[in-house]
Amino acid sequence: METQIVKQNQYLEQPNERISGSEAVVRCLLAEGVDVLYGYPGGAIMPVYDELYKYQDKIHHVLTRHEQGATHAAQGYARISGKVGVAIATSGPGATNLITGIADAQIDSTPMVCITGQVASHLLGTDAFQETDIIGISTPVTKWKCQVTKASEIPEVMAKAFYIAQSGRPGPVLVDITKDAQFEEFDFQYKKCKNIRSYIPIPNTEKSLVEAAANLINAAKKPMIIWGQGIILGGAEEEFKAVIEKAGIPSAWTIMGASALPTTHFLNIGMVGMHGNYAPNILTNQCDVLIAIGMRFDDRVTGDLNRYAKQAKIIHFEIDPAEVDKNVKTDLAVLGDAKESLKELLPLLKTNKHTKWHQKFKDLYAIEFEEVIQKDLNPTKEGLSMGEVLKEINKQTKGEAAIVSDVGQHQMIACRYAEFRNTRSNITSGGLGTMGFALPAAIGAKMAAPDREVVAIIGDGGYQMTIQELGTIFQSKVPVKIVVLNNEFLGMVRQWQQLFFDKRYASTEMTNPDFITIAKGYHIEATRVTKREELADAVSNMIASKDPYFLEVCVEKKNNVFPMVPYGASVSEVKLR
Amino acid sequence: MKKQLITVSIYTENFVGLLNRVTTIFTKRHVNIESITASKSEIENVHRYTIVVKESENLIEKIVKQLEKQIDVVGAFYHLEDQTIFQEIALYKIDIENVSESKFKEIISVNHAQIVEIEKKFVVVEKTGTKADTDALYNELKPLGLMQFVRSGRVAITKQSMNISEMLHNNKKI
Repeated sequence: METQIVKQNQYLEQPNERISGSEAVVRCLLAEGVDVLYGYPGGAIMPVYDELYKYQDKIHHVLTRHEQGATHAAQGYARISGKVGVAIATSGPGATNLITGIADAQIDSTPMVCITGQVASHLLGTDAFQETDIIGISTPVTKWKCQVTKASEIPEVMAKAFYIAQSGRPGPVLVDITKDAQFEEFDFQYKKCKNIRSYIPIPNTEKSLVEAAANLINAAKKPMIIWGQGIILGGAEEEFKAVIEKAGIPSAWTIMGASALPTTHFLNIGMVGMHGNYAPNILTNQCDVLIAIGMRFDDRVTGDLNRYAKQAKIIHFEIDPAEVDKNVKTDLAVLGDAKESLKELLPLLKTNKHTKWHQKFKDLYAIEFEEVIQKDLNPTKEGLSMGEVLKEINKQTKGEAAIVSDVGQHQMIACRYAEFRNTRSNITSGGLGTMGFALPAAIGAKMAAPDREVVAIIGDGGYQMTIQELGTIFQSKVPVKIVVLNNEFLGMVRQWQQLFFDKRYASTEMTNPDFITIAKGYHIEATRVTKREELADAVSNMIASKDPYFLEVCVEKKNNVFPMVPYGASVSEVKLR
Repeated sequence: MKKQLITVSIYTENFVGLLNRVTTIFTKRHVNIESITASKSEIENVHRYTIVVKESENLIEKIVKQLEKQIDVVGAFYHLEDQTIFQEIALYKIDIENVSESKFKEIISVNHAQIVEIEKKFVVVEKTGTKADTDALYNELKPLGLMQFVRSGRVAITKQSMNISEMLHNNKKI
């Protein structure tokens, strides 16, 4: 293979050594700085597990309770730290169970390397026990994948896997290793991959385009920014803040971009999209220049494309050329890494305030506050709201917590109301909308950032999709805080049924088990809150705990999330009720 | 937008499974592949796929960007009909037992086809040309007793240059 290579760190300097393929896998992981991986053993991956046993003082394997949990834990690890998350599984069902997490990492650009065992190479294609064509299955949802049938291929493939997973627009990579390749001995030497001739991770930023962007921005009377995860992935938070502060541009975020700028920053005008804030949705269709940075105009962000920001000149700062003009036709695309592009942009910008234009956002926020936010955060009805739970968590964690949310109503509430002070604090399944993501992702996040408070916010539906990971939390003693907002419904689907299917609540009502008993079965301290007056103390006890903690809050059953851009509507048709 | 025949040229590394990755990108957008060929290219160790689709240019532009993005794809391009020189090869197996020799020879000669094999009971004819050319011969041979027919995918050369060597050269510098 045509790769160029560079030497680094202690594991790379050793001379050739005769070792098995399975030991080589572990040595490659160590050379890439991996200190923890998540997985589940089985027949075809046993040789690697045997080596993990030998190397357990150097690399920590966390046994999840399902391979899907291993991928989400690896994702949580990657999302909070920026490092590559690693998951490992056996062939057949072990490998297919990884697919949901891989697809999630692909659509949310999360750096992850998955290692799967495969049947011995002479059995490939024979429908052997636990054989599945994981290479074929994973192809559409991986950034890259490779099947290894000879031990000697392992170092180069692993080096490429780590390079590809974390360079450019990150993504998941799968390495499938046959059992005979794991047993085979060869002369091991590891060289990091630095370049692949067919792959350009970061396209060059053209200076003239940055200048053209600056001119458009400087001439704008009503500019608006929508930023996405590209700011976080590019580590461009400081450059971004400097740009918006200098040019005085009201800036909104996609769900994946949340926490790149503190929630309370004066230019942070909230979230765009289906359940985003009122002002940025309405004013997307009034701004004169729309600057998209590191985002991909997902349909949940844009609503009806034919009525999306048609009046505006659109500038797209983007690392992935395939995203340019994919959904929204841009007037100017600046390719490249957000950090570098924004650094170049900053000196070209005129200082500005756009006070009158900014005031429009504030006025619309006031309307949203009156109609929606006030009722969510300070409800007067008897039943607890999801919003007031978030408000209490904000208050008691002082906005320092990383919030790991699952998928559904509680996710929208968590993203809308969580107060983020630090970047990489919003960990959620944005693009794929994977229910069951949060509990295992919180495990990975907490392990990658043990000094941070990690609070998982989960609905009663998603919680039960990966509830078995309580076993991982118990066994590995990961002090995550788990908050289940229980409305005894698949709330988001129920909301759509109410609004668009004449209240025919098909299969959305949940008869739930006693979550407290289940948590206690795993020896996890657990509390249930049913009344408003119990909430503050319960959250306080949870935050004070040094151990894993489970808090169930029984919330109003049929609350809806607003604002809402109905499916197929234009963003400016956002509804407050 | 109007659907038209478009030739997509994809230069790749020669790795197992890469064709699958390439075709899934078409499948994902519900695009049917009219024809496909894989061969070596003008550059050593670089493979080339030539894929013909009937689609709108707008959609193919997006697909080509997605192809280009794949790690082991060196470069991907698309060209419209007037920007390419292309040929297909067709083979026809004809039952000659009840065919008049003179009529058969006339058809072969008028169509600029060639006889590549003669056996007791059949003849194999080869014709290179556009789809219309090979279809025309098909229509003439069919009444004579066509035992088998097969046509290759399109092979195409583009009028404009595709800067693959440059791309490889530039990437290496990074």
